[in-house]
Amino acid sequence: MKETLLIALPLLFAIGAFAWPAERTRPLFLPVAGILHSILALWLLINPPAVPANIWFSFDPLARAVLPMTSLLFLVCSFYGVAYLRVRAEWKNRVFVAALLILLGLLSLALQAQNLGLLWVATEAATLVSIPLLHFNGTARAFEAAWKYLLIGGTGIALSLLGSFCLGYASLYNGGSGDLSFAALAKPGANLSLPWLLTAWVLLLTGYGTKMGLAPMHTWKPDAYGEAPGMVGALMAGGMTTMAFVAILRVKQVVDSAGPEARTATTTTLLGLGLFSMLIAAIFLLSTPDFKRMLAYSSVEHMGILAVGAALGGVGTWAALFHVWTNGFTKSALFLSAANIRRATGAQTRDTVAGMAWRTPWSARILVVGVFAITACPPFGPFFSELRILAATFSGRKPLVAAVFLLCLLFAFFGLTRLVFTIVDGRPRPPVGIANQRHPENPGVVLPALAFLALSLWLGLATPRLLNDVWMNAAHFLYDAP
Amino acid sequence: MSETLNLLIGLALGMNLVALASSRLPSVIRSAALQGMVLGIMPLLLEDRLRWTLLAIAIGTIVVKGFVIPSLLRHALRAANIDREMQPLIGFVPSLLLGAAATIGMVALSGRLPLRPEHAKLLAPASFATVVCGFILLMARSKAISQVCGYLILENGIYLFGLLLIHSTPLLVEAGILLDLTVAVFVIGIIVDRIQREFDSLDTRKLTSLRE
Repeated sequence: MKETLLIALPLLFAIGAFAWPAERTRPLFLPVAGILHSILALWLLINPPAVPANIWFSFDPLARAVLPMTSLLFLVCSFYGVAYLRVRAEWKNRVFVAALLILLGLLSLALQAQNLGLLWVATEAATLVSIPLLHFNGTARAFEAAWKYLLIGGTGIALSLLGSFCLGYASLYNGGSGDLSFAALAKPGANLSLPWLLTAWVLLLTGYGTKMGLAPMHTWKPDAYGEAPGMVGALMAGGMTTMAFVAILRVKQVVDSAGPEARTATTTTLLGLGLFSMLIAAIFLLSTPDFKRMLAYSSVEHMGILAVGAALGGVGTWAALFHVWTNGFTKSALFLSAANIRRATGAQTRDTVAGMAWRTPWSARILVVGVFAITACPPFGPFFSELRILAATFSGRKPLVAAVFLLCLLFAFFGLTRLVFTIVDGRPRPPVGIANQRHPENPGVVLPALAFLALSLWLGLATPRLLNDVWMNAAHFLYDAP
Repeated sequence: MSETLNLLIGLALGMNLVALASSRLPSVIRSAALQGMVLGIMPLLLEDRLRWTLLAIAIGTIVVKGFVIPSLLRHALRAANIDREMQPLIGFVPSLLLGAAATIGMVALSGRLPLRPEHAKLLAPASFATVVCGFILLMARSKAISQVCGYLILENGIYLFGLLLIHSTPLLVEAGILLDLTVAVFVIGIIVDRIQREFDSLDTRKLTSLRE
């Protein structure tokens, strides 16, 4: 029942928000839905249901390990949303608010999905509903970004559908029923047809990898994150990518059930894509002049880290799930503070933005601390999760992987800090009339970013035992289940 | 039964090449629509006995792929008032040759994938070939609407593959897929309209302000 509510509640709120007549009060739907959703998610985190809700979706160990994070992410973003829409009071927010709530419902559905077909439908719908969020700014650049996102994302999603069918056929070929539920797909085990299985894996990894933003399928990401409002960037970088990552983990579980040969193939490809993403991200981070696109490349880098963790299996998967939480919260703090700076200056490249430490002191501070947090400086969460992934590379006897991993982290650190300090330091640039004023920062747009930093710090300093166990359970569920 | 099916598959493959070779937008839309309708008939030929679920899928597919989506696209075409000539990034003859080569390559390649004896031999290769032709159309044309047609042909290819699983995937999944596709095209139509207004053109080569 609670599982269904997790999905139905945001959708009902979306209908309510769409029908609500007053522009000024409509954004309040966001925090109310966020609070109720978080209560439900945390309740289920502490008291997981013993039996699956139904054959279509259930709050299984993997959903338990990531869904509460998505829920908390939405909650904090929703408070930011209220303040943000008050600043943008002249813009119509009916579609924006409804689309945000539908997105939350679809994320909850996709993370709990137990059927490959349903997972695909939810992912596709989430892609479509995020289009109005992306071009909320209404500029030509925003439409260009939305078009590219639609075309690249749509093609990726189409490939993952073809992959889903191939996986169904792999199961059907030798004794399976061809039913697309994960349990039925994995049932033939070693009898799964290997050629079909590998075709399916390549297509699904490409498809969901596009959605997740693994290089070289990441090209939509800088455009979309660069032009979307900050809170949308945060929700996509923390929520949508998590959805795609979970999809890849579930597919990998099915493919791995065919035996060691298939497992080697999935591990190698995932590891390769992960390291390649980190490398590409590190290179582009060194050169991009735009601080919102910088966040997108940082997201590509962290998706690479997740893929490496998942490829290592066992402890690596556990660390990757930990990293889903720490990256989601830390990256969101960055997105929100960057959005504040973007609004204060109306520009987003280092050629035009400087001296933000003076103009928007709070957002600039959060940006600086956040950048240190995301580049794995202790005592923030990402340090600990990335350390665990690194430890897993050593215990898996892959020193070369560890070396590339560390090198990419180092270059990303150079790129991120260089760009951020150019923006924060120095003298405010023209137009002079505006540059000499401090930009008023209201607590509504600063506190949520601070809350994200606090969450990241809390996960680093005092990782709750409950969460550790939940991640461990999910890793066991993915690797030890028959 | 299987003869008719093979004929229809051949027709669908022919539509790929027609779409790749045509130089005017309405004819590309028409060939994608015709291909969709041909695909819609196929589920009825897969079984001797008529089941209502198969009938529902067939009718749904023919209506959506053959009428709803093409009319949405034609509406976008009229509303945007664009000239109907296409500007190819890869010429018509080269893309036709590419499409033919891809079809042959895919038939050869999918011979290595094992099929169950009761399944039509041509479905899997035709599906992969259609997906690749859709890809070529998507990449080789610069007008937004023709890119959408490429996407539709790509989806048609996936639908062909889905026919192999039609007995085992529940109707709900098929319905969800069809619905998603319709909404996708609807959303695409809106974006196309906005791009037209902002850039005063539907030529995606003008979408270049976002780059590294």
